[in-house]
Amino acid sequence: MGSMSSNRRICTIEGNEAAAYVAYKTNEVIAIYPITPSSGMSELADQWSSGEAKNLWGAVPLVQEMQAEGGAAGAIHGALQAGALSTTFTSSQGLLLMIPNMFKIAGELTSTVFHIAARSIATSSLSIFGDHSDVMATRSTGWAMLFGNSVQEVMDFALIAQASTLKARVPFLHIFDGFRTSHEVAKIERLEEDQMRALIDDALIREHRARALSPDRPFVRGTAQNPDTFFQAREAVNSYYEKVPGIVQEMMDRLAAQTGRAYHLFDYVGAPDAERVIVLMGSAAETAETASSAINAAGAKTGVLIVRLYRPFSAEHFIAALPQTARSIAVLDRTKEPGALGEPLYQDVVAALAETGRIASVHVIGGRYGLSSKEFTPGMASAVFDELAKPHPKTHFTVGIVDDVTHTSLTVDAAFDVEDPQAVRAVFYGLGSDGTVGANKNSIKIIGEETDNFAQGYFVYDSKKAGARTISHLRFGPHPIRSPYLIQKATFVAVHQYNFLERYNVFESAAPGATLLLNSPYAADALWAHLPRAAQEKIISLGLKIFVIDADRVAREAGMGGRINTVMQACFFALSGVLPRDEAIAKIKDAIRKSYSKRGEAVIRQNFAAVDASLANLFPVEVPAQPVYSDAPAHMHVPAEAPNFVQMVTARMIAGEGDMLPVSAMPADGTYPSGTTQWERRNLADDIPIWDADLCIQCGKCVLVCPHAVIRAKAYEPVALEGAPADFPSADARWKELPGKKYTLQVSAEDCTGCALCVDACPVKDKSNVGRKAINMAPIAPEREHEVRNWEFFKQLPDTPIYDLALNGGNLNFNSVKNVQLLRPLFEFSGACAGCGETPYLKLLSQLYGERAMIANATGCSSIYGGNLPTTPWAVNAQGRGPAWSNSLFEDNAEFGLGMRLAVDTQVAHALDLVKRMREEIGAELADALVAADQSSESGIAAQRGRVAALKARLADIGARRAELLDLNALADLLVKRSMWIVGGDGWAYDIGYGGLDHVLASGRKINVLVLDTEVYSNTGGQSSKATPLGAVAKFATSGKHTPKKDLGLLAMSYGSIYVAQIAMGANDAQTVKAFMEAEAYPGCSLIIAYSHCIAHGIDMTRGMYQQKLAVESGYWPLYRYNPLLKAQGKNPFTLDSGAPKIAFKDYAMNEMRYRVLSQSHPVEAEAFMKEAQAQVTAHWERVQALAKS
Amino acid sequence: MDLTTTYLGLKLAHPIVPSASPLSTSLDGIKRLEDGGAPAVVMYSLFEEQIERDLQLLHYHQDVHEDSHFEALSYFPTTTQYGVEADQYVGLLEQAVKATNIPIIGSLNGVTTGGWVKYARAMQDAGAAAIEVNVYYLPTDPHMTGAQVEQRYLEILAEVKRVVTVPVAMKLNPFFSAPMNMAQRLAVAGAAGLVLFNRFYQPDIDLDLLEVSHRLRLSTSDELRMPLRWVSIMHGRVPCDLAVTGGVHTHEDVLKALLAGANVAFMASALLHHGPGHIANTAAALREWLEEHEYDSVAQMIGSMSQRNVRNPDAYVRANYMRMLDSWKSTALPE
Repeated sequence: MGSMSSNRRICTIEGNEAAAYVAYKTNEVIAIYPITPSSGMSELADQWSSGEAKNLWGAVPLVQEMQAEGGAAGAIHGALQAGALSTTFTSSQGLLLMIPNMFKIAGELTSTVFHIAARSIATSSLSIFGDHSDVMATRSTGWAMLFGNSVQEVMDFALIAQASTLKARVPFLHIFDGFRTSHEVAKIERLEEDQMRALIDDALIREHRARALSPDRPFVRGTAQNPDTFFQAREAVNSYYEKVPGIVQEMMDRLAAQTGRAYHLFDYVGAPDAERVIVLMGSAAETAETASSAINAAGAKTGVLIVRLYRPFSAEHFIAALPQTARSIAVLDRTKEPGALGEPLYQDVVAALAETGRIASVHVIGGRYGLSSKEFTPGMASAVFDELAKPHPKTHFTVGIVDDVTHTSLTVDAAFDVEDPQAVRAVFYGLGSDGTVGANKNSIKIIGEETDNFAQGYFVYDSKKAGARTISHLRFGPHPIRSPYLIQKATFVAVHQYNFLERYNVFESAAPGATLLLNSPYAADALWAHLPRAAQEKIISLGLKIFVIDADRVAREAGMGGRINTVMQACFFALSGVLPRDEAIAKIKDAIRKSYSKRGEAVIRQNFAAVDASLANLFPVEVPAQPVYSDAPAHMHVPAEAPNFVQMVTARMIAGEGDMLPVSAMPADGTYPSGTTQWERRNLADDIPIWDADLCIQCGKCVLVCPHAVIRAKAYEPVALEGAPADFPSADARWKELPGKKYTLQVSAEDCTGCALCVDACPVKDKSNVGRKAINMAPIAPEREHEVRNWEFFKQLPDTPIYDLALNGGNLNFNSVKNVQLLRPLFEFSGACAGCGETPYLKLLSQLYGERAMIANATGCSSIYGGNLPTTPWAVNAQGRGPAWSNSLFEDNAEFGLGMRLAVDTQVAHALDLVKRMREEIGAELADALVAADQSSESGIAAQRGRVAALKARLADIGARRAELLDLNALADLLVKRSMWIVGGDGWAYDIGYGGLDHVLASGRKINVLVLDTEVYSNTGGQSSKATPLGAVAKFATSGKHTPKKDLGLLAMSYGSIYVAQIAMGANDAQTVKAFMEAEAYPGCSLIIAYSHCIAHGIDMTRGMYQQKLAVESGYWPLYRYNPLLKAQGKNPFTLDSGAPKIAFKDYAMNEMRYRVLSQSHPVEAEAFMKEAQAQVTAHWERVQALAKS
Repeated sequence: MDLTTTYLGLKLAHPIVPSASPLSTSLDGIKRLEDGGAPAVVMYSLFEEQIERDLQLLHYHQDVHEDSHFEALSYFPTTTQYGVEADQYVGLLEQAVKATNIPIIGSLNGVTTGGWVKYARAMQDAGAAAIEVNVYYLPTDPHMTGAQVEQRYLEILAEVKRVVTVPVAMKLNPFFSAPMNMAQRLAVAGAAGLVLFNRFYQPDIDLDLLEVSHRLRLSTSDELRMPLRWVSIMHGRVPCDLAVTGGVHTHEDVLKALLAGANVAFMASALLHHGPGHIANTAAALREWLEEHEYDSVAQMIGSMSQRNVRNPDAYVRANYMRMLDSWKSTALPE
């Protein structure tokens, strides 16, 4: 159980672990489902359970993953009714899905605690970050709500909630701020088992069990009632709620007796005679407290009233805690209720003041702060206190943003600083892949657990998966750290990636005189002239002390590849002075040994070597008095030709200045321009693919597999080469249908992630050097300039429209990989991982149907790389058309897509009706052609597009005076056939959305479903789904999944009316293209299940497509198409597209860490799994073969 | 008929010993070998390099994606205990020692000093009767000299000898410039036995795919020739035991090995082909042959045709191919 087995009380852990620790110790049944940011609690509970860690009563809690949060709540409801101590963890939409059960659980007066990492609810856009809008949406369920404001409080309140619910019988939500508290690493005192026992009364547990359903003493619970009694029955619970505040305080007092940490339902801190008081709850309470104490030190009389038990709200306790002297009160809510008179806490406080008569002597204002983890700083708290001092303070204000539309915002003094002068405050800029965060977590552990210092760590991550940037904020010092906000004045800034100097304002948080540690390819004496001019100026004006190390070289020489974490960590300790240097080095090595003891000697040895080499390679830089000429190019976040919105809004988000954007800059309904990734040149690749025109056979495979659509092909008239850059490569197009045309394969160097899938896919081998292909990776540095120039030229070459040649009587059909490469992708440069296995399918979809596609996208990886700001990949073609994409939720995606289908159908019908009614005005010939249009081919669709243009022109001629004409004009575009797609991952299709998917498949409507099957919940970190195969290790299946993967294809085929295809691009790309085309052509529902390799498989991502091939060759992933149309022709609808297994399942599986780890950790079980899995693969193969023969 | 022989100080019922192979990767397999008549078992090799590589891959595939994205700070469960392969090996060895009545010889292929020391000691502690040091190593560095390669073998032997008290055998490759000198030095440095020779996996080229392929090919009796020569040369000159491995399939092969000077003949491919019972069958055939040819014991014949003991010692060393071709012609061509 890792840290849980330690006898030491001091630990440095995250809020999620603090909550999970108590929850695990005090429960027997735990139902889980992944959702950010609460997944960490579920993962820990699952891991502890699989490691057979015991709860307080010596039992191993049963942990069960469910198909959705609604399912988790249902399972917990059942477990509670059957007498077990039961709990779950969730956030946001997950909590909303639990609401129906929460009413039931509370209505039945059932003791349980749900632990909530509070998070925003999706509105105009999804946000995974922290605020209270989810828990506030559950206010009417009848659950008690207890807020823990720091990691320590989370551990304490988890216990207080558990102890209280057993006595009160009212269920509790134990709430803490998502990310800010759930993910903050802090040094806290762990509760020991005896302390927990001191609060948990075993007699109450027996009572809980005695209330359970039992055939030995049967009763009925869950009746249906009539108007005569329901009302009274609801009121019968009142006395239980009245007792809750007293019980919670009793448990708080019992905890204080155990630990010395005293809490109250409402804790007031500040001047005893305060006139101005802020009321709030959550992590921001500590910030407000810090600000208040700083202001009071200067003579002010302010205070903070911290709400801990929010429901039931005890007006009596609230008034008792409020200083009698308070005259001006600001209530801060971390949520928004549009249209309400005020946010919930504000309304409760006003009601409490009114009911107790205190309202007469105070002025109360309410305000919003911190939505979606918006920073709440002492300066902001101070701004609220300032507002309270005004004669007419603003109410319903906001703080932390600039609202230039409805002018709700308060002005904040950015210079307000209350940091502890004795603390070390360090900010680290790194990449996810360089290990910066891991090393910093390690440093916190070293300092927190090995010294008397207090320590805190908080980590800011990227919204893009490839090339993700991380910023670590670490505080250490002799005093307790009560600063739940990002560091604003860092005494130490480390830049772990040199190119960040040009891309980001890394000096933003540097305090004057701070130390700057730079991972630099330039030596100390050569650095200065290479630093961007702006950086030179900042360094001089702030008086920074600079140290450099070529960490990449040091790490490489130590055998650590790109992992510079250990090197930079050693330098941090050497420079920060938190510990004496030798002691620090010894402790780092201890920590390395501890962290990596399971990873073998070589890993430890490499890390040791890196530590030892670090200090010898760390050099101070002499800072000149003046800036000098710099050879570093000025960085532009977006090119000058980007549209206005991108320049004004998107560019600032890219630059990390999104916080500065005012309300007026934001679309009010969440509508953003398409295709903005093209403006964000991320320059992630060290190596890029270089085309060899002479070797290339123009097969298009590299174009097809490129996950980021950076490899493009065009065929064009030779005349188009006029004005081409001198080194622009070109070859004769190898199409018999395209005589005389030229062909170019071009890479967008600045958008490439360097994944190398293209090279692996290239089938060509140089005859005199077999290792060389027609596309090869090469370092970007010497290629970048001319590749960028060539890309710019390439972009303006004309695209090949999908219908063009067919229209002109040509015979180039886009039904082959070779031909598809010529179609412009309308999904490009997404934020997906380098080498992603999902995005090639989406790109193909966009090439074939993008200009008339509507896409409903389930929440998950594809909605994040598909729709996460600042820039989004669904793009627009030269005619201004492109995929219309939207994400509703996780669970409802199939229904969401079906709704779109229904909307299109009804509007098409209406438009056709209008055309018929206005036949004469439109012109009979045009009207008849519009109605009778055959849109079964791309040329037919193109012809209809021409007719719609004619219709619109005609309507314009007529003059749009009548409502009918206006309506027809508005609906005219719908007369062109749309391609309707429902897209999502396996978590959606197999689990949470399966009910809806099944219904939509059964609807018979013309709609296509694409399942990007990675066989785990990829987006939330690789949790097991019902698509996870037998024997694979995943989170929630730590010792290998014990049940086989659901056969979604067979289930769908059982209807007999659904087109079903199972595909794997890496194994058979032609079959993939064919399946997409047949699916779209099929008149009813279609389902494509696409094998998508993923980083969560633990594979060499450069060989993802090869793994797909092995999956098929082993028989694990048979390729097939089931086309019900064939039945009418008297044929077998099932076509098996892959041959009999050529290799053993093991030969495929053992290339993947998800299988291989088990042979490392549980070799015997792994062997058994492999045997069973092979037997299943064989049996499944026989099944599909029988289908093919039937 | 006394079939016993002595190898690494171990008194063995007969000289046919199953060498490192997949047959010894499970307790059941080892018991089947014993039931099949094995007088001792050399366990499959513990490849430190492979363990390290797996762990490093694991390390890489896990760590490189960790702590990058808000929603997924990792992609695998974190409490899994990795790297237990070595522990499993040692555990199996321990079980095998307890469950059988024959000596179990551990086989180790290390790449680091730490690995050699750690695993050799663990094998001894688990009850290994001896340790076979399997130096599977291809010197491809153009700066590395033959002397350095030889030194490496000696250092590894010294390293292992330093931490264990059980006998240590060295498994050699056939490509030393001066095999006798090497063998001599290893024996002097304390090697209780030499195993001739290590059979490297030989790469092949797939003509369809133009890729290098690795297919395990089982040995044939033909491969016995090379070890036979060197055993005969070393017997009586190199002061330690000798084992022949590679190409021992039949009782005839065993006889040849013994005559040339081997204390034992290792068998692997033949057992994979025929099953463990082949040991007893071969031993029976050996006994029959010896009886038929009126030998008293195996000991009697060991080395009886070593280079020192044959009438024409040049037959082992001056085997230039012209003469071999002549002899082939003379037998293959019709008169």
